[in-house]
Amino acid sequence: MIKFINVDKEYANGVKALSNINLSIGKGDFVFLVGPSGAGKSTLIKLILKEENPSSGRIYLNNMDITNVKNRRIPYIRRNVGVVFQDFRLLPNKTVYENVAFAMEIVGSHPKEIRRSVPTVLGMVNLSKKADCYPDQLSGGEHQRVAIARAIVNNPPVLIADEPTGNLDPDTAWEIMKLLRDINRRGTTVLMATHAKDIVDAMQKRVIEIEKGVIVRDEEKGVYEHEI
Amino acid sequence: MSMKFRVLKNIIKQGFQGMWRNKGMGLASITSITAVLVILGLVFIIILSLNNLVVDTKDKFDEIQVFLEDDINDEQISTIQNRLENQNGVSSVTFQSKNEALEKMKNDWGEEGYLLEGLETNPLPDTFIVKLKDIEYADEIAEDIKDLDGIDEVQYNQDIIEKLVLVANYVKTGGMIIVSILIFVSIFIISNTIKLTVTARKREINIMKYVGATNGYIRGPFIIEGVLFGLIGAMLSIAAVYYGYEYFFNTVSDRLYVLFTIYLVPPTILLKDIMTIFIAIGAGIGALGSLVSLRKFLNV
Repeated sequence: MIKFINVDKEYANGVKALSNINLSIGKGDFVFLVGPSGAGKSTLIKLILKEENPSSGRIYLNNMDITNVKNRRIPYIRRNVGVVFQDFRLLPNKTVYENVAFAMEIVGSHPKEIRRSVPTVLGMVNLSKKADCYPDQLSGGEHQRVAIARAIVNNPPVLIADEPTGNLDPDTAWEIMKLLRDINRRGTTVLMATHAKDIVDAMQKRVIEIEKGVIVRDEEKGVYEHEI
Repeated sequence: MSMKFRVLKNIIKQGFQGMWRNKGMGLASITSITAVLVILGLVFIIILSLNNLVVDTKDKFDEIQVFLEDDINDEQISTIQNRLENQNGVSSVTFQSKNEALEKMKNDWGEEGYLLEGLETNPLPDTFIVKLKDIEYADEIAEDIKDLDGIDEVQYNQDIIEKLVLVANYVKTGGMIIVSILIFVSIFIISNTIKLTVTARKREINIMKYVGATNGYIRGPFIIEGVLFGLIGAMLSIAAVYYGYEYFFNTVSDRLYVLFTIYLVPPTILLKDIMTIFIAIGAGIGALGSLVSLRKFLNV
């Protein structure tokens, strides 16, 4: 589903963010991306989202070579990837329902389809009752659930979560993890960048660790830190 | 409804919303566009009227007079006539004998015509009056015939026309410079207005990008907002220029400055011209203003 072959990324200012990255994430995988801040996790995600282009190497997404694509193709590539952020990024002047529907309007979905899909997805994230609430009436966990609903409403094959539990208390963080696990079980590939040691250790999923721009570990059913 | 059409509807809706949200700065944009177009309208009216004057003057002066020597014989006259008739750009050649010339002069002088009675000899020469299709041909013809036997002098009024064309050109250039500067200023004001909408919607735009909105979808509303400002400015200025000019035109006509009004464009004809021009320029300024601000802010 996601494949990096010998990928290097050096920013224009000379900072080498990633070097010789090789990784392959299959369809339906659940992968944690761990490592200290500034190790290159964000850059890796930006490469998948085509916010940045690699300096060398090749990147594949959904069996497409996305290494070099024209700017006007980028939006269509992004439709294959749902994204969830630490800071939720909801629109404050839209209701929960509208925030989710917005993602469908952008890609030109039929209104009938929107009316059908949005309630279904809100049901999945357990927010049916809050459909008409505005973001400032929601708790942090609810915010993130709306963001997840928005990320998956267009059925992307890949979901990227960039520290989705970073702003949440432990109990709420676990709710979100369960939700991500459910989404993954339905066949969506999930790539989650995180610092949450307990979550990574408990989930027993594949762990890719990056340090100073290099993959230092890639193991199935891994834990957050090296065992010494 | 097809997908494309729904997307388009969304874009247009957002454009209108943006305009409404930005009423304050929008007013500044509309005012600046209206001002530019009103001034353009004035320049346009002046240029058109000057043009009429030039064309009319050209018509009046599109002849050359060929004065013949006193001791000319009939053979020479017919040679010259032949030569004239075969020139490029000649529409007619008329012979005016010295007696006819004197008669004409007496008529022109009217009451004072009797003064000419006292003349012992007729001082006026026989003349060929050559009507030209265009005054441009005059130099060429004069050059060609001036050495023929029996021709005293070739006379025409290129000067007046050249001066007039020169003035018209100054007005055109000056007007265009002023209008260009004002267009530039309007584009700047519009781009600042659109910048406000972009900033207000930064979050939304960021999210749109991640959900996979195309550049067109993101930019469309801003361009529409700019174009709407431009179109409103165009409407206002069309009304202002048309009604203002009509009032001026009627006042001038009422007071019977006919000499002046014949050179003025009739308001209804002006309306037709400025409608297309103003709408095109207004919408163009709006779109360009948006694009200028988007180029900086929406690098995806």
